[in-house]
Amino acid sequence: MTNLTTLEKKDKGERCSDDLTELRQNKKKVGVIYPALAGSRKKNKFQNEFPDRFFQVGIAEANMMGLAAGLATAGKIPFTGTFANFSTGRVYDQIRQSIAYSGKNVKICASHAGLTLGEDGATHQILEDIGLMKMLPGMVVINPCDYNQTKAATIAIAEHYGPVYLRFGRPKWPIFTDANQKFEIGKADLMESGSDITIIATGHMVWQAKQAVERLRSEGISAELLNLHTIKPLDEEAILDSVSKTKCVVSAEEHQINGGLGDSVAQLLARKMPSPMEMVAVNDKFGESGDPIELLDKYGLGVSDVVTAVKNVLSRK
Amino acid sequence: MGKSIQELEALVSQTRRDIVRMVHAVQSGHPGGSLGCAEYFTVLFHNIMKHQPSPFNMEGENEDVFILSNGHISPVYYSTLARSGYFPVDELATFRKLDSRLQGHPATAEHLPGIRIASGSLGQGLSVATGIALSKKLNKDDHRVFALCGDGELQEGQIWEAVMFAAHNKVDNLIMTVDVNGRQIDGDTKDIMGFENLRPRFESFGWNVIQMNGNDINDVQDTLSKACVLSGNGKPICILMKTEMGNGVDFMMGSHEWHGIAPNDEQLASALDQNAETLGDY
Repeated sequence: MTNLTTLEKKDKGERCSDDLTELRQNKKKVGVIYPALAGSRKKNKFQNEFPDRFFQVGIAEANMMGLAAGLATAGKIPFTGTFANFSTGRVYDQIRQSIAYSGKNVKICASHAGLTLGEDGATHQILEDIGLMKMLPGMVVINPCDYNQTKAATIAIAEHYGPVYLRFGRPKWPIFTDANQKFEIGKADLMESGSDITIIATGHMVWQAKQAVERLRSEGISAELLNLHTIKPLDEEAILDSVSKTKCVVSAEEHQINGGLGDSVAQLLARKMPSPMEMVAVNDKFGESGDPIELLDKYGLGVSDVVTAVKNVLSRK
Repeated sequence: MGKSIQELEALVSQTRRDIVRMVHAVQSGHPGGSLGCAEYFTVLFHNIMKHQPSPFNMEGENEDVFILSNGHISPVYYSTLARSGYFPVDELATFRKLDSRLQGHPATAEHLPGIRIASGSLGQGLSVATGIALSKKLNKDDHRVFALCGDGELQEGQIWEAVMFAAHNKVDNLIMTVDVNGRQIDGDTKDIMGFENLRPRFESFGWNVIQMNGNDINDVQDTLSKACVLSGNGKPICILMKTEMGNGVDFMMGSHEWHGIAPNDEQLASALDQNAETLGDY
């Protein structure tokens, strides 16, 4: 069982709200568009300070994406916000035609992604969103690992021109990255240096992988950990540099095994550096209701699953 | 100010020729709805909108903006853009061909002046137009946003999401026109998804509704002018525009059959005979 009690914890939605308020105070052309979930999301601070730039759209996500495309056409920088399921699958065609194909500067901010949404169950636990979004030409896909990184990413995507998918989760999660970090889109963070194995993780799985690294260390295995907060564009250089040293890889993500981070890494390695690889991901299944940590364990995303994957891949070296 | 009715009629005739010639050249495209909207596009772009064709500015600040939601009627859109100065008329010859800026359905990726959003997958344009209209309000820009969608397109749920939003938020710088030609790809709209009494439907959603005969150039001129006067009064405006699909080409009228098929050589000759070359073919 994963231990989540040791660090300060916050959910990443709070961070997004604080950052958007900061951005707007700095005179950016930022606006926020929300469906009728503002209470369950965290845009209230922005809404209170800049009511003319907060658009409540009701339960109508397709219109939200179209409005965002229109605002962006006119030079604004709209941030849409709702659950990841309603930010992607429900409105895929709107994003594809009006935002991605039309090259609009829209920031799609998606909370409640993955199994760790917990008790609401599989209807809301989208595990396909990274794949859906990374397939769209020109779309940047980011999955930060904690509150501080979500703050830095929110500011960074406002500076980037073009459509962005920013994915984060619902649960209060340990904060373990620097509060004043600089977020560089497309640049992996080296979290741990090691020589036997490269673990490439994204989102909540970075914390799981960090704990796995500790456990492996106690068993004499030296693991390198890359936090791949940006799934697209993929930091090919960082991955190849690390794998050229360790000669094997484990990917870890809170997403389907098809279409996610592991899929991107495997594609890269198949082309440029074929290497033994294991993937820690949900294996072609929908989730279910439950406690977030129990769900991660049940669906093969626990710390021990990362450790097992590392041992498996080491045996294939 | 503006063009005379005679000048507008000459433009409409030329636009009809452009439409059938473009579609004939590549044996694909959508002539029916395009022909039905020739008067609307001509009057809107030449006599109603305050806009700057060149140099084209994507953001459209301090000018009126037009968004086409039913993107399949791209032939009439392209002809009108070219003949109002957005790009060279000769470029119409590249319609639907490889490396053209004139994609089968309008797109921004090739940077064709005049196009601000891709459309083709139906139901999305009204939301986009509403977003631009909101932006104009934030910028204290008192220009208007015009949008066109088809009547069959009203079957898309997103249209009604946008209809609700625009009324609730008093987006009164938005003038949407619905091309009520009563036809869609599979037949008559009344048979496919009976959708009569559009006026009370839009009124009940809080829109200011006016009607016009889209194939009567005087009516189009008068009604679009009236819509501009009515705007800014707390309600978005909906113009229900009755048209005949295929208008101006006798064998294309009276049926849905010419929604998305191209004329053969003989049919092209007949269509051109019915519409004089007034301003020079591309």
